[in-house]
This record gives sequence, structure tokens and C-alpha cells, in this order.
Amino acid sequence: MTALTFSLVVGAISALAGFLGALTGLGGGVVIVPVLTLALGVDLKYAIGASLVSVIATSSGAAAAYVKEGYSNIRIGMLLEIATTIGAVLGAYLAAFTSTHIIAIIFGLVLIQSAYQSLASSQSEADNLVSSDRLARLLRLGSNFPVRGTRQEYGVQHVPTGFGLMFGAGALSGLLGIGSGAVKVIAMDRAMKIPFKVSTTTSNFMIGVTAAASAGVYLSRGYIDPRVAMPVMLGVLAGAYLGTKVLVHAPVRTLRIVFGVVIAALAIEMIVNGITGKV
Amino acid sequence: MDDTRLEGFIGNLLRAGVLLAASVVLVGGVFYLALHHADSATYRSFALESSNLRNLVGICKSAAHLNSLGIIQLGLVLLIATPVARVGLAAAGFFLERDRLYVLISLIVLAVLIFSLARGT
Repeated sequence: MTALTFSLVVGAISALAGFLGALTGLGGGVVIVPVLTLALGVDLKYAIGASLVSVIATSSGAAAAYVKEGYSNIRIGMLLEIATTIGAVLGAYLAAFTSTHIIAIIFGLVLIQSAYQSLASSQSEADNLVSSDRLARLLRLGSNFPVRGTRQEYGVQHVPTGFGLMFGAGALSGLLGIGSGAVKVIAMDRAMKIPFKVSTTTSNFMIGVTAAASAGVYLSRGYIDPRVAMPVMLGVLAGAYLGTKVLVHAPVRTLRIVFGVVIAALAIEMIVNGITGKV
Repeated sequence: MDDTRLEGFIGNLLRAGVLLAASVVLVGGVFYLALHHADSATYRSFALESSNLRNLVGICKSAAHLNSLGIIQLGLVLLIATPVARVGLAAAGFFLERDRLYVLISLIVLAVLIFSLARGT
């Protein structure tokens, strides 16, 4: 394969990754890592570096639109980023002493259960809106988001549980390189009772910061190869832009189904990587 | 300053950062493909690239020499810097809102980010 063909193929796949990443709040690693390693025979280290680039590109590219349109909640994002960034630093440190393949398998099994829940709950059309509990009111986490032309108020609950899960999400991203977006969405949607679109777009807002925390390490280790990362970044940005246009009009039900399918794929990826010892 | 205005500023910063980074990567990419489009693209085994592409000083130097890979790498560094700048802007915005709690929260995130980036490089 010539460099030109490689760039075009990787750019096209990255556009799909960016599209799915922007819709689900997961980043694009789920698609990028297996396609680069399995289909194109790229070394896993370069694939992980490219995946990191794709996460930051999806996050910043899509969040620019989501924040302005009032979907992403910047207070929830900033508060929970304390947990994810500290978790990520700790995870990267622990990776040297931990058998990451066992963690990958356990994480995969947890994700299968979450995928099932997401698909099962897609039957109910609307979000289950709650009012904020005491701590969430104190932290002014409740806000509103656009629903069919009007602003829908929502509350937030169980902040400590969400914070704890975010710490775990950060640690996982430090340990395994990918997968932190899934836990972020699940923590906000399930534990903190935040509307689904706010959960995915706030996760999307946050994953760039979590990824940036480990970018220095990857860059200095040489994982970020410009020839691989260039088409990934440009493709992902184009796809993410399209994703932000689709999310606004997409029904929550459809988004839950897409989310469920993507994390089921991530689960299988994690388990296979764990068994074959690739993480 | 209120949250809606702050959201506008953050959105604009993210958009500007991404567009700048993407333009630089695109220029580098066009340069690279113009010179190397027929090269064989195999990344089957990991080979440590020259240290020029792995640290900030080296990247800036090779970009200044119009090395195509250096230019791409500079664009990627700008992309990585965008979320970091976003956290800094949030801290400034909450300060103007006189929201001490969220200034503190933003500064903690910024400190952890800088600690981890500095440790990595």
C-alpha cells in the first residue's frame, strides 16, 4: 500500500470513528484501534497513539458545537474532570505493576452488561428527569438543554457515586489506553440521572481533557507517528462535525441503541485483547 | 459574565484551536503526500522515531525547517494543547463570574493536567 492509499483509507475510516464518537460520547478508539491493527497491520503502539489523537479531535471538535448549543454541562464536566484526571495519572502509574489483561477482560464483561441495559432501556422514549439532590444543588449542577426548540430543565443526583465512577473511568483510561468514555456516559446517565444527550455530550466535552493528560507520555514514547495520526485527525474532525449535526435531531431512543451497539463492540474488543494479551 | 457567555467563549476557543491545529496538520499532510505519496506505508513494527518528533523543542525546530512530518507533529501538539487551554479559560471565566468554588475546581484540573504533561515529557 502506498502512503497516499493508506492516508485515504485511514481518513475514511476515521471519519466513521469521529461520527460515532461524537454521537455516543465515546471518542473514536473503538473503531480506530481494531481497524489499524487488524485490517491494516499497524503496530498496536501506533494505533494507541492514533486513538489518543482521535479522542482529543472528536472531543474538541464536537464539544465546540455542543457547548455553544447548550448540551454539554461545563460545571458537571469540570467537577468530574478532577476525578478523571487524577484517576488517569494513577492508572498510568499502576499500569507498570498491574496485569492489565485481567482488567481488560473484567471491563469487557461489565460493558456487555451496560450494552444490554442501554438496549433494553431504549424502549422508553423520553429521559427520566429528576430534581437535584442537596449536594448537586450546592454545586449548582442542574441546568437546562434544548429539546424541540425549548429549554428543558433537569436535575442531578448521587454526585459522590458519579465522582467515584469517574475516578474509575480515569484509572481505566490510564491503565488500558481506551474505554474511558463508556464509563463516563454510564456514570452520568445511570448513577447521576442526567438526561442522555447531556450525558453523552458532557462525556464528549470531558474525554479530551482525560486524553490530554496522557498525551505527553505517548508523545515522548514515540507512539504518535505523524504519518498515521495525520489522516486520523483530519478524518475524525470531518466525521465529528457531521455527528454534531445528527445528534441534535436524533431521538434519544436511536442514540441509546447506537451507544449500546458501540459499547458491545468495545466489550468484545476488550475481552479479545485481554485474552490475547494485547493490553 | 454568566454561564451562557462562558459557554460561548469556551465553544469559540475549542473551535479556533481545532481549526488552527487542523490547518497546520493539513499543510504538513499535503507537503508529506506531495513528496512521499508513492512510498510504501508499512507500520507493522514499532521503530522509535527520531527524538525530533518526540519533544516540543525538536518538533518546533523541524517544523521551522519546513520538514513535513515536523509540521504535522506541530499541528498535533496544538490539538493536544486545545483542551488544556479550555480548562484555563474556564478558570478565568468562573473567576469573572466570582464563582470561587468553580475557580478552585478548574485550577485543580489544570494543575493535574500540567503535572501529568510535564511528567510525560
